[in-house]
Amino acid sequence: MNCGAKSGTFSLARSFVYYIDPHIHMVSRTTDDYLTLAKMGCVAVSEPAFWAGYDRRSADGFRDYFEQLTSFESQRAAAYGIQHFTWLCINAKEAENVSLSREVIAMIPEFLDRAGVLGIGEIGLNKNTRNEATIFLEHLDLAMKTDEQILIHTPHLEDKYQGTRMILNMLTDDSRINRSRVLVDHVEEHTVRWVLEAGFWAGMTLYPVSKCTPERAVDMIEQYGPERLLVNSAGDWGPSKPTAVPDFILEMRRRRHDEQTIRRVVYENPVEFFSQSRNFAFTPPEALQIAER
Amino acid sequence: MSIPNSGQRTLDREYLPVRAKILEIAASLDRVERAEGSPADDARWQRLRAALEIVFQQGLNRTEQLQLHFSRPYDELWREEWDI
Repeated sequence: MNCGAKSGTFSLARSFVYYIDPHIHMVSRTTDDYLTLAKMGCVAVSEPAFWAGYDRRSADGFRDYFEQLTSFESQRAAAYGIQHFTWLCINAKEAENVSLSREVIAMIPEFLDRAGVLGIGEIGLNKNTRNEATIFLEHLDLAMKTDEQILIHTPHLEDKYQGTRMILNMLTDDSRINRSRVLVDHVEEHTVRWVLEAGFWAGMTLYPVSKCTPERAVDMIEQYGPERLLVNSAGDWGPSKPTAVPDFILEMRRRRHDEQTIRRVVYENPVEFFSQSRNFAFTPPEALQIAER
Repeated sequence: MSIPNSGQRTLDREYLPVRAKILEIAASLDRVERAEGSPADDARWQRLRAALEIVFQQGLNRTEQLQLHFSRPYDELWREEWDI
């Protein structure tokens, strides 16, 4: 512990911590954001497919999006030394269109062997409707048939508890699913326990006005421990903060948590979870530095 | 998991931010009531009043209780009802 000499003070600037943002939508962010993330120690990002802010009108619209995620975006990240990984799906908001959703699900396998594709995601529920649940189950079936990992979006605000319980019900009802290969994201105080106790990984999303704050995320780490817990910014085109993970690191230090625990949550946990994907060809920053010498 | 900070140190840190947040809540409620037309029958207004009672309960899981207070309930039989 790097405490200051004066009682009650401590140093926030300890050793430099590399981190991974396991959920961020970089196609919606500027190149300046990549620069800022790199300066703050971000060495890798994972980008789930999500809603563009409007409903896409055809499967070809998704084909173009998946092309962007698996080619151009990884090049843009690499220019700043950040390794880019991605997940593919049709988002729950667009799952109300069942026929389009089925066209997209049928097309996804074309991209699953591409470099950096970690699995199916972020699938989930939005308003907890019958159509959303139908398409969620069909995504699960695709993931099981193709042996992919799964990243799950849970709903917002008053729909979160109900939707998370519905999602867990569908997951635990499928005996093919290896729970250690599934990440249930956007957990909060009323859903985190259900997710962890069922054996899944849980992600806490740090948002300026909804979801979770860095302070509450640290509260949950203190209550449940660091095992199978991730933190992410879910930075996108709406109000969000791509540098939220460093805010979490700072809050952990303010509360005097040790560097080993911080590194576990923001770096080792994502590496451990993603390493279960055949396309996670991650080079640790230490190895990059040796190669550059 | 052990928590490095003592209760006293945590209170030292939290006192002013919590005081500020309580004042913000009070000011927001005053603002609503000062405006023309009473919201007393609005379900959201009643939900906020009930939420404040939860905040001042004794116990360690106020946040979880508040989250559930603002949540739609889960129906264990949803799949049977939808035949899905």
